[in-house]
Amino acid sequence: MKPAPFEYIAPESIEQALAALAQYGDEAKILAGGQSLMPLLNMRLTTPGVVVDINGLDELNYIRQQGERLHIGALTRQYRLERDARIRQTVPVLAAATRLIGHPSIRYAGTIGGSLAHADPAAELPAAMCALEAELTVVGPSGSRAIQAVDFFQGALNADVRPDELLTEVRIPIRKNAVWGVREYTRRAGDFALAGAIVLAEIEADRWANGRVVLFGVEDRPLRVSPAEAALTQQALSDGQAAGVAAAAVNGLACHADLHASAEYRKQLARVMVKRACLDAVAMRDGKKGQENMTGSA
Amino acid sequence: MRPQRRTIVTTEVNGAPVEALVDVRTTLADFLREEVGCTSVHLGCEHGVCGACTVLLNGLPVRSCLRLAAQAAGHEITTLEGVMQTERGKTIGQVFVEQFAMQCGFCTAGFALSLYHLLERAPEPVTDQDIHETLGGHICRCTGYVSIVEAAKRLRDHRG
Repeated sequence: MKPAPFEYIAPESIEQALAALAQYGDEAKILAGGQSLMPLLNMRLTTPGVVVDINGLDELNYIRQQGERLHIGALTRQYRLERDARIRQTVPVLAAATRLIGHPSIRYAGTIGGSLAHADPAAELPAAMCALEAELTVVGPSGSRAIQAVDFFQGALNADVRPDELLTEVRIPIRKNAVWGVREYTRRAGDFALAGAIVLAEIEADRWANGRVVLFGVEDRPLRVSPAEAALTQQALSDGQAAGVAAAAVNGLACHADLHASAEYRKQLARVMVKRACLDAVAMRDGKKGQENMTGSA
Repeated sequence: MRPQRRTIVTTEVNGAPVEALVDVRTTLADFLREEVGCTSVHLGCEHGVCGACTVLLNGLPVRSCLRLAAQAAGHEITTLEGVMQTERGKTIGQVFVEQFAMQCGFCTAGFALSLYHLLERAPEPVTDQDIHETLGGHICRCTGYVSIVEAAKRLRDHRG
């Protein structure tokens, strides 16, 4: 399995990249970390006329804190999200979710922007961006536009980036006193999740505020579930109420079925992942678990 | 700036300069095998799942089947041939043999390179979980995982 012939261009600036995309449009594919595109090229599931390699755009490789927001350049490698001290301090849930992506050698190459633009419904970073209420910037011939993460993912492998546009940055609001949990179920370590959940809230006095519950791997895009978010923030969550939040999260959920899991099984997995993520958040509030232990499969 | 079908790759493999004209669709894995002669780079799945084609790019383990040769310019690449010139590489080879951490050997180069990178982290501690996570990125179809994990733990416990 070798890629079909294509032409290759490696722009050295955003302007050059946009010029190439403007010229080749639908024919072009952007190559970032390559951990999704290269398998598709090797298997000839995609046969672009031109591959636009953006790895030379050093200007898109950064993690910066500006006020109450963390700015991350699209070309930042995933392993840096796991290890960066600012991320671990300000949005540790992002470090934990990143650690569930593939294997270490995938995360040394893969980029945050690549994963988001690829928009795999079972991927961790799109779900994390929805849970963190991140804002994304794409630039194109007519300037840049900002998009909320939940609006960015429009279906399986379908993100709100036109062929002549480039995803350049994500901005994540930093919120204090956050408690959270990330859980996913995979058949083998490193596989895509059959179902996963991210639960996130902030503790204000005795209440839980701004609760967010995001499912991934169950529908064609990451899914924020309002009834479960309401259940999460009604009162200070206890162990016993986690099951209620989990039930609310999957109520009426129409999961897809495939070779690996029936719709019913996937729904059950999603319910259990929400419950366990809630219990992680409760344990974090009670100081029973450190953040280091809050990540994990199943 | 115009797109190309062929390009001249100038890079460094195992410390030696390499320059070759390649078709741009050539993967780094095929380049290393066919142009440079590093046949320790094994192609199992060619879509990033098996880990047999792992090489070190600027010291970090990556899948060479998920990278184009054209992207190698300006980077340092190390294959098992290069790692086996080092003391740590030789020790890994010796412990793998003593521990029977291989059968057919097809996956071994990938395991050894990821393990080499993990052990290079000294003096940072390497936990059992780190070992499982690192080796989890490699598939051995002879089902030799227990011996490989044992070899890794032995190397961790006696690393210099």
